[in-house]
Amino acid sequence: MTDIYLSDERATDPEIAAVNAALSAAGADPADPVVILETDRLYTSGTARRRQRRHFLLPALHALQNTAGWISPGGVNYVAEMLGVPPAEIFGVASFYDLLHTEAPDHLDDVFHVCVDSPCRIEGANDLADRLRAEGKHVHLGPCLGQCERAPALFVQGCGGRPDYVPADSAATGATAKAATGATTAQASDSATTQAPDSASTKASTEQPFLLPQAPNKSLRLLRRIGVVDPCSLDSYIAHGGYTALHRAAEIGAEAVLESVAASGLSGRGGAAFPTGVKWRAVAAESAQPEQSEQPKRSKQSKHVVANCDESEPGTFKDRIVMQHDPFALIESMTIAALSTGATQGWIYIRGEYPLATTRLQNAIKSARAAGLLGTNIADTQHQFDIVVRRGAGAYICGEETALFNSLEGFRGEPRNKPPFPTTHGLFGEPTAINNPETLLNVIDIVNEGADAYRSRGTERSPGTKLFCVSGRIGHAGLYETPFGITLGELIDLAGGVTGSGQLQAVLMGGAAGSFVGPDSLGLPLTLEDTRAAGTTLGSGVVMVFDTSVDMTDVVVRIAEFFRHESCGQCVPCRVGAVRQHETLVQMQHRGRLSPQRRALIDDMAEVMADASICGLGHTAASAVRSALSLGLISQAPISPGLISQASIS
Amino acid sequence: MSTTDTSDVTTDITTDTSDVTSEATTETSDVAETITETAVTITIDGRSVAVPEGATIGAACNAAGVNTPTLCWAENLTPVNVCRVCVVELEGSRALVPSCSRIAEQGMVIHTDTERVRHSRRMVLEFLGSSVDLSQTSDLHHWMDIYDADCDRYSEDDHDAKRVDEPVKIQDELYIRDYSKCVLCYKCVEACGDDAQHTFAIAVSGRGFDARISTEFDASLPDSACVYCGNCVAVCPTGALQFKTEYDLRQAEQWRPEDQTVTRTVCSYCGVGCNLELHVQDERIVKVTSPSDHSVTSGHLCIKGRFGWQYVHG
Repeated sequence: MTDIYLSDERATDPEIAAVNAALSAAGADPADPVVILETDRLYTSGTARRRQRRHFLLPALHALQNTAGWISPGGVNYVAEMLGVPPAEIFGVASFYDLLHTEAPDHLDDVFHVCVDSPCRIEGANDLADRLRAEGKHVHLGPCLGQCERAPALFVQGCGGRPDYVPADSAATGATAKAATGATTAQASDSATTQAPDSASTKASTEQPFLLPQAPNKSLRLLRRIGVVDPCSLDSYIAHGGYTALHRAAEIGAEAVLESVAASGLSGRGGAAFPTGVKWRAVAAESAQPEQSEQPKRSKQSKHVVANCDESEPGTFKDRIVMQHDPFALIESMTIAALSTGATQGWIYIRGEYPLATTRLQNAIKSARAAGLLGTNIADTQHQFDIVVRRGAGAYICGEETALFNSLEGFRGEPRNKPPFPTTHGLFGEPTAINNPETLLNVIDIVNEGADAYRSRGTERSPGTKLFCVSGRIGHAGLYETPFGITLGELIDLAGGVTGSGQLQAVLMGGAAGSFVGPDSLGLPLTLEDTRAAGTTLGSGVVMVFDTSVDMTDVVVRIAEFFRHESCGQCVPCRVGAVRQHETLVQMQHRGRLSPQRRALIDDMAEVMADASICGLGHTAASAVRSALSLGLISQAPISPGLISQASIS
Repeated sequence: MSTTDTSDVTTDITTDTSDVTSEATTETSDVAETITETAVTITIDGRSVAVPEGATIGAACNAAGVNTPTLCWAENLTPVNVCRVCVVELEGSRALVPSCSRIAEQGMVIHTDTERVRHSRRMVLEFLGSSVDLSQTSDLHHWMDIYDADCDRYSEDDHDAKRVDEPVKIQDELYIRDYSKCVLCYKCVEACGDDAQHTFAIAVSGRGFDARISTEFDASLPDSACVYCGNCVAVCPTGALQFKTEYDLRQAEQWRPEDQTVTRTVCSYCGVGCNLELHVQDERIVKVTSPSDHSVTSGHLCIKGRFGWQYVHG
C-alpha cells in the first residue's frame, strides 16, 4: 500500500465537522479514516478500502465548499485522510467543477449564479446580473441553470454553512421571501443539505399548486400528477395511482416487464434514443456474481440502476419539474427497473443546481423506505433495492453517462471510451442500467396499461408521448407533453405563438448539442424518424424559439463559448477544436463577415470533432453552429439587409 | 511519437502472446489469459491479419506493417486513448475509433488511410501544433508532412489562436516542467500513479483548454508527494518534462543526441537488477533511462538509478 503525503495545512474545525456530517449522511463512517498513521502503517487492505470509499469524495467536497467558500489545502488533507485519496487527485477533481473553487475567496457571502445561455441572455440576464451587483451581491455568470421557462434564471450557492437555493422555487414554495434577495435566512428555504427533507415535507402542503401551461388535463400521461399530487407525501402519491405499477411489476415478474418495455418501443429520452428494452435486457442478462479477479473493486459485484438527473443541456428543464413536483414517480420507476434487471443499488445523480428537487427526492426515498417500498424486501418481493442521491457540482459533461460514472465514483468527470458499454461495465465497472428520468417515467404507464395501449399514442416508430421544453420568444414558455407526431408549428401555437416581433426567425431543436431549423420547418412532425430525416434532432426535447429581433450571431457565438467552457479537456479534437471554433466565430463577429477560408475551417473542425472525439459532447459541439451557418442565420447577420441590396444594385 | 518497428512487434505478437494479451485485456476480460491461443482475424486496408484475442487494432496494424502515429500510447502504460491521432475507420462504426485501445474483434474491417482518417489525423496534429510547442517532439514532423498539416492557419493578422503559454518550472536540480510543450497525453500521470510508481504526486487539474498537469494547489515538486523517480520524465513524448541536464545543455545549445553514446549496464545500488541506459555526451552522463521492454523495470527506475550517477564523474 502506498502512503499518502500530506502538507502541513490542517482543516478548520467547521470544515472537519462539515465533512464528517456529509460523510455520515452519505453512509461513510468518519471515525474510520483510511490513512492509518505511523504506528499502524501495516494495516492491510488499505487499497481495497480506498476504492470502496472514493465515491464519498464529491459529498465531502460539497461540504468543504459550502463551509469555507472553497476547497482549502487543509480541507483537502482532511478528506485525503478520511478517504485515502491522494491530495493531487482531490485537487484534480475539485478543479474540474464549476461549483467548487480551489482559490481562496475574498468573501464568505453567497454566490449568485446567473445563466447567460439562451434564452436567459435574450430575456435580460445581463440586466439581472447588474441589478444584483448593484445590491452588493457576488455574481457569477455561468451556463444554463435549467430554469429556461422562467428566464433569466438565478441560482444561489450558499456559503458559511448556508444551503444553496433557487429564489424562484423559494418564492413558489412560500418560503421566506427574503431568500429571494439573498438574506442570510436562506436556511429556511429549500435546503440542499441532507438534513432538509423534513422541512421540505412540511412546506409543500402550504404552497400554491404548481401550474403547468397545459394545466392538469386528461391527455397528459407523464405529467398527469404534476400540480395535482403533493410532492412531499407518499400517501398523496398512492392516492393518485402511485405504486400500482410497482405492485403490478412484482406480480407479473421481471421477464414480463422486460417484454413489455421492449414491446412498447420505448427509447431513451436524454437525446440518444437508445431502446430501453434492449438496455434493460442486457443488464438483466449479466450475472450479479463477482467475476473471477484477484482484486475485486468491491466486496462483491452488484448491478446498478442510475437515474441520470444531471440535466444540463441548455434549454432543458423537464426533469427538474418532474423531480420537484412528482418525485415518487422517479423512485417508483427506478424500483421497477431494479426489479426487472436484478439490480440492488440505485443512484440518483442530480445536478448541483437543483436543490429543491434534491431535497424532495431525498424525502421521497426516506418515505418509500419507511413504507417498505425500498430496502431489503421491496413490496414483499424478497428483492433488495435502495437509492442514494448524489449531487453534481457544475459540469455539463457529467450528463454523459460514463462521465457521470466517473464523477459519482469520485474521479474527474471525464468520459470513458466505449466499448465496453455501461450494461456490462458501468458504475464501479459493474453492470448498470442508466436512464433519464423522463424515460423511466414512461415505464410506469407501460407496466400499468401494457405495451399495446402505450403504443396507441405517438407514431409507429416513435411510440408514446414526449416532453418538450419550450422556451425563448414564446407566449407561454414551459413544459409540454404531447404524443410524438405533433408538428413544430402546432407545438409553437400550443405554447402561445411567437412573441417579440411575432415573426419566427429560427428554432433551436435539442439544445446546444442540437441544431437550428428555420420557419420552413413548422410542418415538421416531432418524431425521432422525421427529425432525423430532416437532419435535426429532438435531443432532450428542447424547442427554443427565436423571433426576428434576436441577434442570432450573439446566440451562436455563445453556444460556441458554452462548448469551449464545458469541454472536459481529455481528448484533443474537442479540447482544442471547441476553442478554435469559438475563436473563429468571435473573429467573424468582430469583422462582420466570414471569409471562405474561415468557413472551410469551421467545416474542417466540425468534422474532426464529430469523427474523432471520445464522447457525444465533442461529436455535437459543432452541430448548432453549422446548422446556423447553412440556414444563413449568422454569416451575413452583421451586415444589414439595406447594405446588401444597395451593393447588389450598384 | 512512437511507431514501433514492425518486425519487432510481429515477433512479439507471434512468439510472446501472453504479454501482449494480458496487457491489452486487463480492462475488458479477466478470462483472456486462459485462451491466449485463440486468434482473431481482421482486415486492415484490404489485408487479412491474424492477432491473438485481446490484441488491439493498433497491434494488428503493426503486424500488418501499417505504421500508426501516436502520442499517448506507450508499451509500458495502460492506453488512455486521448490524443486521437491514431484513429482509424472501422466499418459499421459511426465515429472513428482509437486503434491504440480498441480491441480487435473477429471480422472487423479497418481502413487506415481513407480521407476521413487522414482528415482527422491532420486536424489533431494541427490542433496540437497551433496550441503547444512541439519543437522537441520526436518524429511528429514526419507525420505532419504526411498529412499536410498547416498549424499556422488558425491565426490571422488580427487574431492569434490561443496557445498554452506557461513559464518553465525549475524547482530543483533534477528535472524541469515546461507545460507550454504539454499535449496532455496523461502519460506522466499514469507513470506517477497506477501504472508504475503509485506516488500520485501529479494529476490532471482544471478543465478543457485550461486543463494542466499539476500537484495539489500547484505546490512545488519538492513540497509535493514527488519521490523523484523521474518516470514521468521518461515517458513524456514532447519534452514538457525534461531532465535538468538535458534542459541546461539545450539552453546552451549544446544538446547533441547525434554525438551521444548509449551504454547499457546494471544499476549498482541494490539487488533488483534494473537495467540502465547511460546516455553519454562529451564523456559526461547526460541522462539515464531504462529500456521499456526490460522485464525488471518496464522502463521505470527509482531516484537512485535515475539520478544517482554523479559519483561516476568523481
